[in-house]
Amino acid sequence: MEFSRRDTLALGLGAAVVTVLPFSVNAAADDVIATFTGGADMADSGIELTAPEIAENGNTVPVAVSAPGASAIILIATGNPTPGVAQFNFGPLAASQSASTRIRLAGTQDVVAIAQMADGSFAKAIATVKVTIGGCGG
Amino acid sequence: MTKPMGNTLTAIALAAVAFGTVATADESADLVINGDQEMTIRTAAPAHLSDVMDEINSGWLYRKDETQLLQMDDFDNPGMIFVDLAQDAWNAVDGSEDKSCASCHDNVEETMKGVRAVYPKWNETAGEVRTLAHQINDCRENQMGAEKWKYTGGKMTAMEALISVQSRGMPVDVAIDGPAQSTWEQGKEMYYSRTGQLELSCANCHEENYGNMIRADHLSQGQINGFPVYRLKNSKLNNAHARFKGCVRDTRAETYKPGSADFVALELYVASRGNGLSVEAPSVRN
Amino acid sequence: MASGVKPRVKVPKTAAAGEAITIKSLISHKMESGQRKDKEGNLIPRSIINRFTVEFNGQSVLDMAMEPAISTNPYVQFEALVPEAGDFVFTWYDDDGSVYDTTKSIAIG
Repeated sequence: MEFSRRDTLALGLGAAVVTVLPFSVNAAADDVIATFTGGADMADSGIELTAPEIAENGNTVPVAVSAPGASAIILIATGNPTPGVAQFNFGPLAASQSASTRIRLAGTQDVVAIAQMADGSFAKAIATVKVTIGGCGG
Repeated sequence: MTKPMGNTLTAIALAAVAFGTVATADESADLVINGDQEMTIRTAAPAHLSDVMDEINSGWLYRKDETQLLQMDDFDNPGMIFVDLAQDAWNAVDGSEDKSCASCHDNVEETMKGVRAVYPKWNETAGEVRTLAHQINDCRENQMGAEKWKYTGGKMTAMEALISVQSRGMPVDVAIDGPAQSTWEQGKEMYYSRTGQLELSCANCHEENYGNMIRADHLSQGQINGFPVYRLKNSKLNNAHARFKGCVRDTRAETYKPGSADFVALELYVASRGNGLSVEAPSVRN
Repeated sequence: MASGVKPRVKVPKTAAAGEAITIKSLISHKMESGQRKDKEGNLIPRSIINRFTVEFNGQSVLDMAMEPAISTNPYVQFEALVPEAGDFVFTWYDDDGSVYDTTKSIAIG
């Protein structure tokens, strides 16, 4: 496929539009979200996602999720080759609907957590994590 | 923290890599492990360094909060799973002599206490300075009749970690005089020699620019009191020679071989720059 | 069974009845993502822990699905309720069909 100057310009505009949309991720990540939510609307509150603003190494990034009253939480790394990270299903003996783990991020990207609440509604939280490339491969 | 005014860069180093001064880590933090074991992570430089720096600092100080936290609790520290694995290896019989490490050395917690703090160390029988890894392989070959482990392999680094953790909190105290002196001098020569296409010496980064940024990486003093170290980069334990190899390669030089006499000399010298810091192994770095 | 796989869990030895406790878990596993190539350029096949479950006296605390984006040596921390004395059972499921488990007892006191 060849790009004309106009096509390239249009692509650039498209990219600009994408970046200003409040919640737009790549198609693969969208699929993971759609499978979990069935396309339902998501509230912006009721779930907390904690991740470092800058990760010293993308191989091991500590993240924590918490959504009081949730039955399940999924974690998505929108910029990874396969965006799904984990799904936490909380049982009756979970003392809180929260968990933390360590994840791999292929580069600077948005990490998304979506909770399914007991009433079937959904809530999401987004955190941007900058992944640094160190000077020393060592 | 006090630092020498040694941040003068040579034109060559400037051309090769850009050092910056963005402060990213909490350099005033204290390292207490499991809530009760305090580590010496900053202390007066040993006498042989008095001309170049006042204070020596653990590499832990130069890491970001999240990485620092991983080392403050033995459960959070992924390096400790390899200590567990090595404990099994310690008790496992291997080789033609039907012996395990424990056959001769009994309980690792008692017999190996203090060992890591004084290595590399002169071995009188062998007539050379030996690293801990060399000594482990010497035992395997000559006492157990077992295969040597790869110098930088997982079994070796795990065993180094098990032995090292028994000295955790004790001050590094390698001998640099007597029969070890010539090896130490050789290591010092290497430390200050520029190598590779980038013409960088160890000192260019770790003596003249610690605390500064090299691209997105916060340069430490290159202390090895925390080795073997669990690196987030490769999610495994790394011993000092593996790290040296990476550093030398990054100067775009042909590296020395892990376990070689050159790296033994360098390890002795670099270890001696940390005399007084706590043994931290297994530490966690990026 | 993959070699060198060792689970570790940290559970308090005692709790008050009905108390919420923090549990930490770690298992040594390379979590080969299926994205990497070997020296010859061939894709290294995916080999991960894909599921981790925690039960107390047969009741679920956590059932977690893991993808290749979980770091090497998977670590999970969470909170559990302890209604009575009993056993926590932790189970990890490997892509290769192996199952690793460990049990920790907790007393009321």
